[in-house]
Amino acid sequence: MKLFHSLVLSVKLTLLLLLILSGIYPFTVYILGKLLFPYQSGGSLIIDSKGHVRGSLLIGQNFDSPRYFHSRPSVSTYDGLNSGGSNLAPSSSDFIERIKKRATHYRKENGIASLNLIPADAVCASASGLDPHISLKNALLQAPRVAKARKADLKAIENLILKNTQNPLANIFGEKSVNVLKLNLELDKEYPLP
Amino acid sequence: MKPSKNVVSFWSLALIASAIKEAFIKLNPFSLWKNPVIFVTEIGAFITTIEMIRSSESFSFTLQISLWLWFTVLFANFAEAIAESRGKAQAESLKKTRTVTMAKKLLQGKEVIVNASELKKGDLVVCVAGDTIPSDGEVVEGAATVDESAITGESAPVIRESGGDRSAVTGGTRVISDRIVIKITAESGNTFLDRMIEMVEGAKRQKTPNEIALTILLASLTFIFLLVVLTLVPFLKYSQAPVSIPILTSLTICLIPTTIGGLLSAIGIAGIDRLVQFNVIATSGRAVEASGDIDVLLLDKTGTITLGNRMATEFIAAPGIDHYRLVDAAQLASLADETPEGRSIVILAKEKYGLRGREVLDTRAKFIPFSAKTRMSGVDFFSADGSCCERRIRKGAMDAIEAYLKEMGASIPQSVKEIVEKVAKNGGTPLVVVEGKEVLGVIELKDIVKGGIRERFARLRKMGIRTIMITGDNPLTAAAIAAEAGVDDFMAQVTPEQKLNRIRQEQALGHLVAMAGDGTNDAPALAQADVGVAMNTGTQAAREAGNMVDLDSNPTKLIEIVEIGKQLLVTRGALTTFSIANDVAKYFAIIPAMLMSTFPEISPLNIMQLRTPESAILSAVIFNALIIILLIPIALKGVKLKTISAENLLIKNILIYGLGGVIAPFAGIKLIDQLLFFLHLV
Amino acid sequence: MRASDWIELALFISILAVLNKPLGIHIYRVLDTEGKTIFDAIFKPLENLTYKICSIDKSKEQNWIEYAIGLLLFNFVGMLLTYFVLRMQHVLPLNPEHIGPMAPHIAFNTAISFGTNTNWQSYIPEKEVSYFSQMVGLAFHNFTSAATGIALAAAFVRGIVRTEVKTIGNCWVDLTRITYYLLLPLSLVGALLLMSQGVPQNFHAYIRYLPLDSKAHEGACIIPQGPIASQEAIKLLGTNGGGFFNANSAHPYENPTPLSNFMEMLLIFLIPSALTYYFGLSCKKLRHGWSIWLTMVLLFLVLSLSCYWLEHAGNPFFKPYGIEQLTNMEGKETRFGIFESTLFAAVTTAASCGAVNSMHDSFLPLSGMIPLFNMSLGEIIFGGVGSGLYGMLLFVILSVFLFGLMIGRTPGYLGKRIGAYEIKMAVLALMIQYILILGMSSMAIYSSWGRAALGNNGPHGLTEILYAFTSTSQNNGSAFGGLSATSIPYAICLALAMYFGRFFVIIPVLAIAGSLVCQKRYISQMVFPTSGALFVFILGATIFLLGALSFFPVLTLGPILEHLMMARGKMF
Repeated sequence: MKLFHSLVLSVKLTLLLLLILSGIYPFTVYILGKLLFPYQSGGSLIIDSKGHVRGSLLIGQNFDSPRYFHSRPSVSTYDGLNSGGSNLAPSSSDFIERIKKRATHYRKENGIASLNLIPADAVCASASGLDPHISLKNALLQAPRVAKARKADLKAIENLILKNTQNPLANIFGEKSVNVLKLNLELDKEYPLP
Repeated sequence: MKPSKNVVSFWSLALIASAIKEAFIKLNPFSLWKNPVIFVTEIGAFITTIEMIRSSESFSFTLQISLWLWFTVLFANFAEAIAESRGKAQAESLKKTRTVTMAKKLLQGKEVIVNASELKKGDLVVCVAGDTIPSDGEVVEGAATVDESAITGESAPVIRESGGDRSAVTGGTRVISDRIVIKITAESGNTFLDRMIEMVEGAKRQKTPNEIALTILLASLTFIFLLVVLTLVPFLKYSQAPVSIPILTSLTICLIPTTIGGLLSAIGIAGIDRLVQFNVIATSGRAVEASGDIDVLLLDKTGTITLGNRMATEFIAAPGIDHYRLVDAAQLASLADETPEGRSIVILAKEKYGLRGREVLDTRAKFIPFSAKTRMSGVDFFSADGSCCERRIRKGAMDAIEAYLKEMGASIPQSVKEIVEKVAKNGGTPLVVVEGKEVLGVIELKDIVKGGIRERFARLRKMGIRTIMITGDNPLTAAAIAAEAGVDDFMAQVTPEQKLNRIRQEQALGHLVAMAGDGTNDAPALAQADVGVAMNTGTQAAREAGNMVDLDSNPTKLIEIVEIGKQLLVTRGALTTFSIANDVAKYFAIIPAMLMSTFPEISPLNIMQLRTPESAILSAVIFNALIIILLIPIALKGVKLKTISAENLLIKNILIYGLGGVIAPFAGIKLIDQLLFFLHLV
Repeated sequence: MRASDWIELALFISILAVLNKPLGIHIYRVLDTEGKTIFDAIFKPLENLTYKICSIDKSKEQNWIEYAIGLLLFNFVGMLLTYFVLRMQHVLPLNPEHIGPMAPHIAFNTAISFGTNTNWQSYIPEKEVSYFSQMVGLAFHNFTSAATGIALAAAFVRGIVRTEVKTIGNCWVDLTRITYYLLLPLSLVGALLLMSQGVPQNFHAYIRYLPLDSKAHEGACIIPQGPIASQEAIKLLGTNGGGFFNANSAHPYENPTPLSNFMEMLLIFLIPSALTYYFGLSCKKLRHGWSIWLTMVLLFLVLSLSCYWLEHAGNPFFKPYGIEQLTNMEGKETRFGIFESTLFAAVTTAASCGAVNSMHDSFLPLSGMIPLFNMSLGEIIFGGVGSGLYGMLLFVILSVFLFGLMIGRTPGYLGKRIGAYEIKMAVLALMIQYILILGMSSMAIYSSWGRAALGNNGPHGLTEILYAFTSTSQNNGSAFGGLSATSIPYAICLALAMYFGRFFVIIPVLAIAGSLVCQKRYISQMVFPTSGALFVFILGATIFLLGALSFFPVLTLGPILEHLMMARGKMF
């Protein structure tokens, strides 16, 4: 009897808390978000002049063309429905094979001599597969290729990179990184397609 | 500590030989399973023995492993056996005293010879000089000197008499003089001697609460390490690293806490044994353990804190009275007073005032002994014609003298009363001396605090134990003595009920209380106290109420009893810590060794650089076995308690047994590895 | 480590230290039925209404068995609900992507996973779970399982603090008050903070976008949306860890900036850390509470710094390809780098939060071992909300017993005797965890279904399985993601590990509380130190030694062997 009473109590409490925790709470956050952070709560979307959504500032995209700065390798090629990393072990021969391929590709694409070191983020796949950032070094190494493809001045491209470099917050939090989508958007703006 | 007279050394050859024999008998798995750690070790030894035939490892290697595993079990058994052996030897000698078969039972005034084993509670028996007392009892008639050396080891006979606090007699002791009638209080098989034999023999030994908790912990650790090794098998299979059964067994045995598992019961037995050697019989191991937890000690003043008797220290003459006259009168009044106080008055008079004891003609003097009714003593001198009385001297407590004077229509002058008060305030006991109606002055008697007692209380305080002095004295006197002895608190003019209440109060506050007592009226308090030590000279009621009996009847021993209790727990804790800390080194010996053949890359883990995998594993197993033998002395003697504050004790033990426990096996295993190599055993 | 990393770490610990007192006092009041809190104005009416609707008699306390039954039933009802919500999400509202029902075994696994505060995820959320399921099925449990953990801790603390009574509180009152006065307000604040950094909160359908470099994308370009911020906050605050997305806190929507990352780490440790203050306050020994906290901090620092330094060493196999500093960026986000990735890994596995902001599976062997080791210690370095405190107190009881003998007294803890019963229950709780971790992972590695799920070969594969069962048994939920544990046997075995690891441990824990609460309190001057350097050392050493001794052999076959073989140039 006591057990039954507890069971009924559990069900009642569950239903009541559902209403509050799964109903009122998320909707309150939703409304506050609309009021306080409409851009962020909406997904930090980038909408172009024609009203097309061109992506989210926070979500990385894949770039293949030499005209663009390239994002980091992604296991799912920036498929928004398949976020995640490779989960390959550092001792995996499959993984090292991939590193080798990516390094060769990156060096060839950007014309980097084998003596010069390349940054790790250029050859390692990100955790989310949607990493919007690359390291500053990575961007700078890509600059000559982009400059060549856009027939732009290397210095100007480099300046554009530096302008779009996010420094660690208060010099404490985070790494020096470049948002690839943002940089490429600027690139398209500064050096529009003919 | 005063060692008892009949100490048997642990290391006599006879004891060792019997312990070795016992170690083999204890291999019986049906008795061994009570010790889960060693039981698992025995199974391990058994498995490796079988593996000698079918294992892929070399025969000599498996043989050596299995031998050392058997040794591990034997060493553990030996530790227990040697701890028991001394008790057994003592029990044997005690049993010899239990040889009385006949008793003179008093039936309707007639003595009937009956078999001692037929005696029932309440029977009356007669014992005369030369008789052995057939069973425990209480003297109901007469007084006798009794030789109790059989149980106490003390050769000087003691007096047992009816009434009062010295009425209990113990079965097995011998009457030396006189005749007494004893009322039997314990039936055959349940006498004090029987219980004592059981206790020292360890036959009825039950695990104490704390020991049970520790056994559970050790069994759980054993289970966990068994689990660790058993589940390792599929992992090894996945890694394609085959490891033979003897090696896995070795790993298991080295990880389970065999050291403490092997020594745990030895520690407990040895703890009780230490008490026995110290002439204290505990009725249960639980009491020994509890004594380590005591934090309030109730101590009787007399005999414990002070020397049994008060001594005269000063004569203070009343105003206008010649000092010499007072001393002379006091001495005269005490010449025949055989109480220690009386003697001390005579001695003081002689030493301080040069008054020699005089021969007093018996015909002219009549000594008045102290009586409970008058509470005075003194002397009457007859005049030459034989009429009473030329001089009439009395000494006694002020109120007694006052009553005495009142009868004669006199009183104590105010000035003397002031002296009395002053003496009392200083912790002394004032005795007023009167001659005729004239108050001559006051004798100051003082309690003499035992030498070194102050330091002992200071030590107790460091251990976190509070001492409370109990006395029948008035509060003023009590306070002065308490201050002199350095106790933390005192209770003056105590009745037995107050004693009991105080114990209850302290317990309600969350304290654990120990007390010593001997009188029948102490029995309720003894029973209430967490540790009640009854004096062997005390009444049967007291001896039954307490959970320990001190054969030497020395209440000061409470302090040592507490230390023995603590030592018991500390030893257990220290060896457990040591045992577990040992595992670290054993891992670094065995794990790399068992994987070396499959994964040579593992070699950096072989930090001891042991020569070969076989040698590494064997060294760990040998170390694991030998450490039990090496630690037996510590288990038996107990860890020394030099520093006493909780924190210092802990730090010291962690350094020695914790840190030492991590380091020692590294050195030991390395050394054994070298030895094995030089002896070409692997 | 760069100076900035040191500063971040120092800032992290200092903020926790500063928040300990105010939050600890707040928790103390929340867990006192009559306590007044600053949220009374808002939530008191709701609290009273709750009691009325559910007919809860708030003045009636329960003994440990009643308390346990209440919690078990309440959680059981919740898990049942989640199972059905997941199975029927296709007919339920708020499913703009028309996601179908979840497979039965995955739904079973998920219901238990969230009900046990584990949040192990055998599914890809953005593909398999509707918004409704996220909010009703999953986020609901993020609250209730956290409240359950804190209620348990409160019950345990009452067992220690109270004397000579039978009851340890009322579980319904505890659950209600914890939810309303602690979890809800803090989640709201957390959600707002996270939203400010870019965590979305909306109910839009997934966004289809036009990529810049259209040739680089095959198929549709989709960005999932959802009520993320509200769920993210409680996911961290309740040390749950179940991600709204597959990539969890590595996903830029869940953890957009280094600052949000910092906030998330704070949210994870916030309650477990303040609970130590609450404990100190309850037993009137603030120094004891702080000493436990310090033990946690020190263990955490040792483990998180080792994780960083070990990972910082880099992958030796990168050498031929001219990669800078051999930095192992595989499975890490650029914005976090090595330091914030390893720190987050240490935080989430020290606490019982299964969130990840980098893929632990791709960590170097030894740095990947740290999260694993963290979990196998029992998740008591801060640990789960509530479970961290009672787990830690079990270790305190064990170490007080083990070392307490050495001061020559029957071991006692805060005046309560640690006897055979308490030891039996404490080791039982420990043994259940060890049986689950070692027993089930060895069973999985022995079976073909177990090995079939491996994402990597060699010793690393062994680590993946061990990690999975450690994480689930300890209710963490973090994963070596290479293991595709979606098969039926895995889903069931992991679910059982989670269920037993949570609810079987609860019983001995409450049994100890039930036994201690009846005891009288012994007072003695000669007691085991419960604060100060010595206590911290003893407690830390006990935890470390027990963990190391139990797991060293199998860790040797996993990450240690992998590391040693990598050093000799062996790949798998």
